[in-house]
Amino acid sequence: MSDFEPVVVVFACDYCAYTAADVAGRMNLEYPAGIRIVRVPCTGKVDSLYVLRALEKGADGVLVAGCLDGDCHFKNGNLRAAARVKALKRLLDEINIGSGRVEMVQMSAGQGAVFAETARNFVATVQELGPNPIKHAASQAA
Amino acid sequence: MITATRKPMEEILKSVEPFSKILLLGCNECVTVCHAGGRKEVALLGAALRLGRLQKGLPMEVEELTLERQCDPEYVEELSRTIDQYDAVCSMACGCGVQTIAERYPSMPVMPMVNTAFMGASESHGVWAERCAGCGDCVLGYTGGICPVARCSKRIFNGPCGGSTKGKCEISNDVDCAWQLIWDRLKELGQTELYSKLMEPKDWRTARDGGPRRIVREDMAL
Amino acid sequence: MKSDSNLEKVLAGGHFAVTGELGPPRGANLEAVKEKAAHLVNMVDAVNVTDNQTAVVRMASWAVSLTIKEMGLEPNYQMVCRDRNRLAMQSDILGAAALGINTMLCLSGDHPSFGDHPQAANVHDIDSIQQLAMIKGMRDDGRFLGGDEIDTPPRMFVGAAANPFGDPFELRVLRLGKKVAAGADFIQTQCIYNLERFAEYMRQAHDMGLTEKTKVLAGVTPLKSGGMAKYMAKRVPGMDVPDDVVKRIASQPKEKQAEEGIKLLCEQIEQLKEMPGVAGIHLMAIEWEHKVPEIVERAGLLPRPKA
Ligand code: SF4
Ligand code: SF4
Repeated sequence: MSDFEPVVVVFACDYCAYTAADVAGRMNLEYPAGIRIVRVPCTGKVDSLYVLRALEKGADGVLVAGCLDGDCHFKNGNLRAAARVKALKRLLDEINIGSGRVEMVQMSAGQGAVFAETARNFVATVQELGPNPIKHAASQAA
Repeated sequence: MITATRKPMEEILKSVEPFSKILLLGCNECVTVCHAGGRKEVALLGAALRLGRLQKGLPMEVEELTLERQCDPEYVEELSRTIDQYDAVCSMACGCGVQTIAERYPSMPVMPMVNTAFMGASESHGVWAERCAGCGDCVLGYTGGICPVARCSKRIFNGPCGGSTKGKCEISNDVDCAWQLIWDRLKELGQTELYSKLMEPKDWRTARDGGPRRIVREDMAL
Repeated sequence: MKSDSNLEKVLAGGHFAVTGELGPPRGANLEAVKEKAAHLVNMVDAVNVTDNQTAVVRMASWAVSLTIKEMGLEPNYQMVCRDRNRLAMQSDILGAAALGINTMLCLSGDHPSFGDHPQAANVHDIDSIQQLAMIKGMRDDGRFLGGDEIDTPPRMFVGAAANPFGDPFELRVLRLGKKVAAGADFIQTQCIYNLERFAEYMRQAHDMGLTEKTKVLAGVTPLKSGGMAKYMAKRVPGMDVPDDVVKRIASQPKEKQAEEGIKLLCEQIEQLKEMPGVAGIHLMAIEWEHKVPEIVERAGLLPRPKA
């Protein structure tokens, strides 16, 4: 299990988390190699389908990273994203993929350290959960 | 519009267990508007079904398609050339759409993916509420435009019952008492005299109780 | 006389009427209900027999009605609109009338979600006001609701319930008016604790001429304890229990609260006797039937007029 390097897709809002990731990079703060950042104009743009597609394509986990409460550039895109993540978690439990593979997180643009730490923690959680079960099933079926 | 909600995934996965290739079929009308079975929901359920089946180690092919209107033979006809390649149609339309498919394609299993709920209107974004029970003899003109059949928990015609409390129905604080609403609106309209009139027992034949209903427009029927 | 109802006779005779109440058992055993009913013999003019009260299944109201009729009581057969369509209602009414039930009470019925079968279909084919009109039509016009003639019409004295404190307040007297127009021979109200507000309601009813057309029996229930008083005040929808009433009972030591409740009730009954338009009381002493003789005695309501 220890050699399992989860692939985690981060949908990062341009106004906060994406910048925070940049800050983390410039500060030389390390975060795991399996992190794949997708820049979005707002987490409100993150359709539930994006998350499901990421999982279908084999991602082990998905983070939706938006602004702090009250800081959304588009007023409440982050809250809408949070509501969608909540519904997605329920769906993922229902189909036994597990709700733990998706999380909504919030931070501000300057919080490079928060980004790095959040990414590390989430990757550790996904490491515990193990690989996306569809990969295992697919390899068995093959 | 007709409202619906997606069935629980457990029930859906069970219903598709025997199949390895399905057509997941949405409808572009009511179920699109209430976010239960339009193009978007078809894509979401499609992904969830593929994931769910892969998780079980039983991959399933899911073709996604959304028809303009599933309760209309004209649009359902579109499937005639391709339908044979599927083990089943999983319909995300309301019960009317599901049955139109079943009628047109007698040998094709059709599974409902949503629970058809009620005829309602949108109260706010993401919230729909029942407004009409299709009783076939509308009384809204006498009740201030608020339906006692669909919105009173006891479909009382001479309400309110003794359970009406602070504008809410006895069944729940989340449900408005229809008769409070009716009274308030009659006052607003200056039509309170309508309240004093005894409303006669309803002839439920025009509702479901007269047997399945049908409308034939002779000026249009071919 | 419209019927052979003892209640009708008592009211027609100008007496201050007293009705009681019994809840049928949750099984096929009549012993317990007979025991409770025995306390009411010669104490009240009629006894309401509830119909699947609070939407919980109980023995048929007509069966218990017939049982207490044999014991010398006058049953007031309750029927709710929740459980029967117009066919079932009318056939039950014919059967009840044929077997000697003379008095009925029309009710909506609590919603099934409160009871032991929340899964049940919620009938409400007609509402309680239409039900009143239907029974009156069966009796006076000798016609079923569907229009056909009845060869021997049921001679029922028929009443309805009213909640003077329900919402919206402005509709309470208006709705009473609709019940009277539909044919309510008598009205039994919800429990009254706020006599001032009730007097206002009665004044309005009187002004509309309703008290001439129907007999209003004021509902009363003894408060057995401070806890019960608080519960009724806070938890029971559409119930108005003034603070001083709650305080009066609750401030007594535990063992004296029941006695204080009876005292209060007797005072209320005295006031109700004097209130214009009030034709009697409906004494709801559920699970306290054995106290009824003491209450009616102390309230000066004995002996009951002989039919
Ligand atoms: S009265 Fe009948 S037709 Fe009119 S809104 Fe109500 S249920 Fe619908
Ligand atoms: S409280 Fe109002 S809505 Fe509810 S059953 Fe009674 S009259 Fe109907």
